[in-house]
Order: sequence, then C-alpha cells, then structure tokens
Amino acid sequence: MLVKASPHIRDNSSTQKIMLDVIIALCPAIIASGIIFGLRALLLIAVTVIACVAFEYLYCRLMKKPIPVGDLSAVVTGILLAFNLPSTFPFWMAVIGAFVSIVIVKQLFGGLGHNFANPAIVGRIVLAVSFAGRMTNYAFPTFEGGVDALASATPLVATRNADLPLLQLFLGVHGGVLGETCAAALLLGGIWLVARKVISPVIPVTYLATVAVISLIAGQEPLVQLLSGGLMLGAIFMATDYVTSPYTLTGKLVFGLGLGIITCAIRFWAASAEGVSYAILLMNVFVPYINDLTRQKPLGGAKKK
Amino acid sequence: MEKKQSKLAIVTNGLLKENPNLRLVLGTCPTLAITTAVFNSIGMGLAATFVLIFSNMAISACRKIIPDKVRIPAFITIIAGFVTIVMMLVQAFVQPLYQALGVYLPLIVVNCIILGRAEMFASKNGVLDSALDGLGMGLGFTLTLTLMGFVRELLGAGTLFGIQILPSSIEPMAILASPPGGFFVFGVLMALAIFVDEKQGKKVDADPEKMGCAGCPNSKNCHGEGGCE
Repeated sequence: MLVKASPHIRDNSSTQKIMLDVIIALCPAIIASGIIFGLRALLLIAVTVIACVAFEYLYCRLMKKPIPVGDLSAVVTGILLAFNLPSTFPFWMAVIGAFVSIVIVKQLFGGLGHNFANPAIVGRIVLAVSFAGRMTNYAFPTFEGGVDALASATPLVATRNADLPLLQLFLGVHGGVLGETCAAALLLGGIWLVARKVISPVIPVTYLATVAVISLIAGQEPLVQLLSGGLMLGAIFMATDYVTSPYTLTGKLVFGLGLGIITCAIRFWAASAEGVSYAILLMNVFVPYINDLTRQKPLGGAKKK
Repeated sequence: MEKKQSKLAIVTNGLLKENPNLRLVLGTCPTLAITTAVFNSIGMGLAATFVLIFSNMAISACRKIIPDKVRIPAFITIIAGFVTIVMMLVQAFVQPLYQALGVYLPLIVVNCIILGRAEMFASKNGVLDSALDGLGMGLGFTLTLTLMGFVRELLGAGTLFGIQILPSSIEPMAILASPPGGFFVFGVLMALAIFVDEKQGKKVDADPEKMGCAGCPNSKNCHGEGGCE
C-alpha cells in the first residue's frame, strides 16, 4: 500500500469554483438592486466589475506577474464594491474605489491570499471618507408612487425618527446602497453559500446574534437593527472572506463577537449611523492574532512556552 | 576613514540618495502633519533648513570642545537656540505661517533630522562641509514636504497655495488631506525614491532584517561603526 504525505483527502475545489459560487450567491441581490434602484444600479455594478478586472490585469501585466484574472476574485470584489455604493454614485469615483480595492489593498500586499483586509471594504471606506456627501446620497426606490427618484436617508438614520414596516425592510424597498437593502435576496445567497459549503455559517450567525443581543440590551428593536444598514451584506459576504477571517472555530466565534460589539458600539453610541464597514476592517486587522491565539494544539504536542 | 566626499556630493546626497525623509525615514512627524498645504510645507522646509545649516555649523565648530558624554544635551541646546530665532522671525514676518504650523515650529528642536545630522555628520566633519550637509539635507526635506503638500493639497482640497485649481465639477478626495492619506502619499513617495535609486543601478534591499549596516543609507557617515540600533 502506498502512503503519501498528507493531505490525503483532496477535492477538486479551486479558487475559481469558489468564486463562481459566490457570484451565483450574489445574483439574487444583483437582481434585487436592479429592480429596486433601476438600470443605473446594474450599470454601476458593471463599471466596478470591469474596473476591478482591468486594474488587476494592468497591474499584473505591468509588474510582470502571472495574470490571476481567471480566478474571478476581482469580479467578486467589483460586485461587492458596487453593493456598497448608492445608485446615484458617479462612475469615475467608483473607478477610484476599484483602484483602491484592487491595486492598493490587494495587489500591493501581494495579491489574493495576502491582503490584510477585505479589498471591497477598504474601497468603500476610502470613498466614504473622501466623498461623504455622495456616499450618503441614497436614491429612493423608483416605483414608489409617481415620484421617480427621491433622496432619502438610510433607515438607520431614519429609524431615529420614524419606523419603517419590517416587511419593507426585509424586501429592501427603501433607500440605501445597492446591495444592502434587500435582506431577502442576501439571505437567499447566504443559504446557497452555506449549502455549497463555501462559507461556514459560524461567523454570520455569531455576528448577527451578537448584534441582536446588544440591541436588546441597549433598548433598540433587534429585528430593525438586523435588517437595516449593511449588516446582512457585511455578515454574509464580506466578513466571511477566507483571507481575512480566522480559520479556527473558536477564532470564528471571537471574530463574529468582535464584529457585533464594534458594529453596535458605532451604531448606538458614535456619531456615525453605520458601523459595519469599520467593524469588519478593524476585525480584519486582528485576524492574524486571533488565529495565533486560537490555534489548536496538536495531540501530544509540547506546551508552548 | 573613507575617501573625502566632494563638496557637491555632500549637497546632492541629501536630495535623493540620502533624502532624510524618504531614505533615512527621519522627521516623519512634521512630514505627515503639516503637508496638507503647499505653503505650509515650503515654510516648514525652509525653517528646518535654516536651523539645519546653522546648528550644523555651530556644532561642527564646537565639536572638539564638547565632552562626548554630554554631547546630546549640548547639541539640543544649540539647536534650540536657532529654533528660537526662527520662531521669532516667522512670528514677526510671516504670521499666517506661524499660525498654520503651530506647535510644529518649536518642535523642530526635537526633529530627528537635525539631531541626526549633528550626531552623524557635524560632530565628525569640518564647518564648511557641515554647512553644505545641512543645506543638502534641508533642501531634501523641503523637496519631500513640497511634493507631499502639492499632491495632498491638489487632490485633497483641489487647491494650490489656497487658489482653486481643479474645476468644481471634480470633487477633491478628502481622504488625502487626512492622516491616512498622508501616510499613503508618504509611502508612495518612499517607493518612488527607492525605484529611482534602483534605476541608477544601486540594488536597494528594503528589508531591514537583511539590510544590516552595509545597506544602510547612513553607512557612509558612521563609517560602518554601527551602534545606531
């Protein structure tokens, strides 16, 4: 009998296949954003995807590296970046966001697998800090009554004054960035990812549960907190990025808990209405330490001094 | 002892090859803090250059009589004297700059570039060479600050010297005027400096673990004596 070195169990999964699954999981939310915000939303997604792929291609070409465009990770980054932008966002600014995501956050740190933070999250934060007015210029869904488009606050801002019906929140018929509004579509994508074993449900579930519990303690409506803002999008698609989330089970629990605490702290007690993106960025930075501290000891292995 | 450098080489050293900010990574605090506008950058650069030239000369002139054990306090006292002069001059003649630079003007006293040049160059070389070294380093510092101020003011606020340059249809990227943008522009300039150095045929290994004394841009001044870490 031939015994080779481990790993003994192999499957035929590849980066490309995983990314394809993620893209499939993102499709319901893409369709939902098209229905809710109209054609321009789809155009914006196309612009960021093309820009991300083009930057990745150009950078690798220029630096004479192997060209990794085929692994589709730039496509996922492009879709996620567009999901973090309002539908009125100027295209040239979206291209800057794609540059930050792909060239600065991903490629300068060594490409896929070496980025210290989720590229789309950093792209979003840079755009939010740079063009604060544009990033919060949410267009209201187009099919509401006779008015074509109406600027409105995201529910997180709005809920401080008036409450939206829960069903409306769940279906995403309200102002916000492209991908965050329709919780139903995001959940559908999340279920697909878990069913295909692309992501483990531990991080999203811990994250959402932490937010729900803290909301209860803080006297906020937990369901409204769960369904509004970028929480669903962040929890399902952005916090679960392989490169920037812990790989141990305990680490995932700690990661989700930290995300929930930071998100709630920013939402309830800080000047900013939304805290998901900063929570993910901060916890991304902690991931190497979480991995180190929660690494499983090999059976019979010597105690670390 | 190495061969004496030519007078011109001493001046040009500071511009790129031993640029105090980009290659020696000294004096980063004012580099990041005050480069949100070109005017402030040039003012800061020139003030530091003035102090550098004169403190280098004074320290070089006194280098034989300053006891080795108390040289750092002695250097700081000399530097502080010249900083006070600059502060009074700026306050009297360029009030807006004095307001804009705020605490960073007196903080030139503890600017690592000036103390660094005193320790590494002026205390080992003659008065004329030290003055030239101060001039070169000061110009290198001013050059870096001006470049950073140019990029950050133009892209971060859409202006240069307070005058609107970018058309109002292009919104400036506010992040470049904020601290993270400062770090980013600084990093890009450092990479550019290394890139230009490499183009001129010098292999730069930026990994500090492997660099050691030989690869250090300062090695020429300390003559490989080490002890700086």
